[in-house]
Amino acid sequence: MYLSRIWQFDPWRELDRIHDEMNRLFSNTLGRNVASSYPAINIWVNNDGALVTAELPGFDVKDLDITVLNDELRIKGTRKKPDFGKDVQIHRLESGVDSFQRTIQLPYAVESDKVEAKFERGVLTITLPRAEADKPRKIQVSTK
Amino acid sequence: MAEKKTLQKRKTEQVEKVERTHDRNVFIPVVDIYETNDEIILVAEMPGVDEKSIDVTLDNDILTIRGRAIDEKPEGYELVYSEYEVGDFERSFSINESIDVDKIEAQYHNGVLTVKLPKTEPAKAKKIEVKIK
Repeated sequence: MYLSRIWQFDPWRELDRIHDEMNRLFSNTLGRNVASSYPAINIWVNNDGALVTAELPGFDVKDLDITVLNDELRIKGTRKKPDFGKDVQIHRLESGVDSFQRTIQLPYAVESDKVEAKFERGVLTITLPRAEADKPRKIQVSTK
Repeated sequence: MAEKKTLQKRKTEQVEKVERTHDRNVFIPVVDIYETNDEIILVAEMPGVDEKSIDVTLDNDILTIRGRAIDEKPEGYELVYSEYEVGDFERSFSINESIDVDKIEAQYHNGVLTVKLPKTEPAKAKKIEVKIK
């Protein structure tokens, strides 16, 4: 009997959700770099695979680390702030994130050998072909 | 999944008084500003911008940086989840220091625009003698 209750409406969970929503609303008006998950990503999909793009300005290709396992994509990265010598004064510092790690759940299992990534103008594009075994198969209906 | 959240960028539309001729998102880039003895350095995050479109102007102490994004939608794909939108970047700053306009340097690398504004030689301090009666 107890087990079935987790599927029911939980007012506390709902309150948590509203709380998160409010936080998000306020962080948006301040326009600050306070995204709960960095970097911001877009996911594109077709029948043969998925494409994940992420905005990573100031990161270098060699400091980005991409791993794929089944339907999980993990991106890690670090960047250094430029060094302008000893006598430098900082007037404004809006860029926040210096290192991140993000795991993205993909809609399909992925052929990990065929994953390709490119990094241009601070935008990372990862092409993730769908695993052959995961592709939908058309089933012939035999009629008598 | 289809929920849209653009947390990391702020649109300029609320700020701008002048309307633009082309209908496109314009974002305020995230900027760090440094000052050394010789120069002011501005570092702006402008991912996905076409290098050739970047425009840096200093007019009447107002420094403006602009860049137009390359908006290439991947062919044959459908966008199913989106956290950011592609758009142009634009932002202006008032610069109080006197700047050597001819020596301004701008460089775009890995989606980051770095503008170096060398200060002009400071005018020599003039000593004013106070006469005492």
